[in-house]
Amino acid sequence: MSTFVLLTLTGFGLAAMYFLIASGLSLIYGLMGVLNFAHGAFITVGAYGTWWSSVHVFDGVHSDLWRWLASSAVGLICGGIFAALVELLLIRPLYSRHIEQVLVTVGLQLAFVALVTGVWGPDPQTFVVPAWLHETTDVGGALIPNDRWVEIATAAAVLGLLQLFLRKTRYGLIIRAGVENRAMVQALGIDVRKAFTLVFAIGGIAAAVAGVLGGVYFNSIQPDQGTSLLIFAFIVVVIGGLGSIGGSAVAACLVGLVQQYTNYYASSGIGDMVVVLLLGVVLLARPRGLAGAVVGARA
Amino acid sequence: MSRRLDRSLVDWLWPLAVFGLLAVVPAIGLSIPKVFDQPVDSPGTLALLASCLLFGALALTYDLQFGYTGLLSFGHTLYIALGAYLTNIAITEWHWQFWQAVLVAMAASFALANVLGFVSMRVAGIAFAMVTLAFAQAGSVLALKDPHHWTHGEEGLGADYTKLPHAFVGIVNTKNLYWLALAFLAGVFFVVRWAVESSPGRVWQAIRENEARVEVLGLPPRAYKLQAFVLSSTLAAAGGVVYMLLFNGTTLSLTQPNFTLTLLLMVVIGGAGSRWGAVLGGILYTYLNNRLTAIGSSSAVNGLPHALKVPLSQPLFLLGAIFILMVIFLPGGLVGLARRGSPSTMRRLRAAVGGGAAAEAS
Repeated sequence: MSTFVLLTLTGFGLAAMYFLIASGLSLIYGLMGVLNFAHGAFITVGAYGTWWSSVHVFDGVHSDLWRWLASSAVGLICGGIFAALVELLLIRPLYSRHIEQVLVTVGLQLAFVALVTGVWGPDPQTFVVPAWLHETTDVGGALIPNDRWVEIATAAAVLGLLQLFLRKTRYGLIIRAGVENRAMVQALGIDVRKAFTLVFAIGGIAAAVAGVLGGVYFNSIQPDQGTSLLIFAFIVVVIGGLGSIGGSAVAACLVGLVQQYTNYYASSGIGDMVVVLLLGVVLLARPRGLAGAVVGARA
Repeated sequence: MSRRLDRSLVDWLWPLAVFGLLAVVPAIGLSIPKVFDQPVDSPGTLALLASCLLFGALALTYDLQFGYTGLLSFGHTLYIALGAYLTNIAITEWHWQFWQAVLVAMAASFALANVLGFVSMRVAGIAFAMVTLAFAQAGSVLALKDPHHWTHGEEGLGADYTKLPHAFVGIVNTKNLYWLALAFLAGVFFVVRWAVESSPGRVWQAIRENEARVEVLGLPPRAYKLQAFVLSSTLAAAGGVVYMLLFNGTTLSLTQPNFTLTLLLMVVIGGAGSRWGAVLGGILYTYLNNRLTAIGSSSAVNGLPHALKVPLSQPLFLLGAIFILMVIFLPGGLVGLARRGSPSTMRRLRAAVGGGAAAEAS
């Protein structure tokens, strides 16, 4: 039983990171039709921004908690600005040429990981986090690493904020309308391009959060850490239905839990295979993903 | 009538002349300083040239589905890896004969391409790209975790050289490997040309241009796309066998998504939807990747200030940056650049690249 609890909470911890990455990917795809490979670079920017500022800017801060929070804030800001710049400089010139946009993000991802490797080396780096994150809490006999709670709570908060933003604000309304029918929104005289930059910035911040949490979850950061997370986030996006935040959240939990359970109860690595199998089954049964019918995703 | 005859003769003569010229390279003891460190007929240079030719061919197999049919797959390397790994495992771990191993690997790749192609074509466009990526990732995880102790995970699996054809073993036989890579390139070139000029091939190109219109004409796009996908994947698996021979075994990098992404870079840099473009892109990319690594660690670069040294020591950064600039400013790649030249250049180039390319340019 205690193993099961541990696996469940670890699965949700992993799901939290998948969701943080997938939500941005899904919004960007839903609104703009761009499969953003550079999302892996956003994760790297968040993680390395946090690490760099932790070492070079906030090294005088004595409280580990404040040092971690302050450097994380720098990481998130870097992620958001980087993502917005990518949209303005690389995606916008290729407006409505979807394949070329994907190609540019692929090139950016490869070049950026190479650049980070060149500057800071391929070796894992660690940043200072509060000590209690690495301690455990007893839940019904299961010793749960504390960072799982932070990951789950952060993802839940981001989900809540995103839903609030999408449902209660004017820009949220434009984005939701744009996902359903971009041409109609433009025909109503609304400049959708501002919303494009905005979803990129939001996606970049969410991905940077995943980068910071990944640094805690895996205990270190590496230049290409984003790439492997990104692939599972792609699977989450397809299973959840392109363009749906709620679908992404459900699919992220499904993928995270299935992966953890099968990796433990079957054998290591089987979980990753089962997730791909799950993707195949969902595609055969519902090609538009779990939430596809709701948003009418453009597959 | 005679013009038609001339045209088809030219279509055959050009590639044959190019491949024929390439075939005599190992017999020339020429030294080209700066371009190659060693004389052209030395094993080191021949091995580099062989991998350039192999990647030219692999890029061309990718171009068949991406450039000609418009299928953006991120999982092409699954079939290259399957061809390479299955052949290698069969001879090294199961002690089969080489030709049996190759036949089984090809049959397995063909079957897998049919099954996975069928499933992934439930979705189209970007979703298709993601799904193919996921399948390739599953293959990569399988090779890494290695449940049966066949692939040897991160170490990779060195081929049992006693089972390989003797002509392809050892440094003295590097020129044979060069000719093998060249023969494979020529084979893929003519198969791709035959395929895209056949009537299904014309449907593939029509699908790339406008899938809905093809469907309105009463042709099932998915069946045609699956054909192109399976042919391209099976050719890729054959390329995997050549890769295994060339590099004396299989390593995990062959299974990873970045391998497909580099093929995509090659095709786009050279020019998607063009045979010579894809081949040129593959050759140039491989050559630059190899040479930039050498230049990056050379003393000339080490003397540079830090801000210049770091990017220069990372070939993938330079190639990725070149790629991004080309996608934005030079759609059509290197071949597109040549085609946009003066009208007379264009005419000559059309004649040079054959009738199929001329049809695409117009």
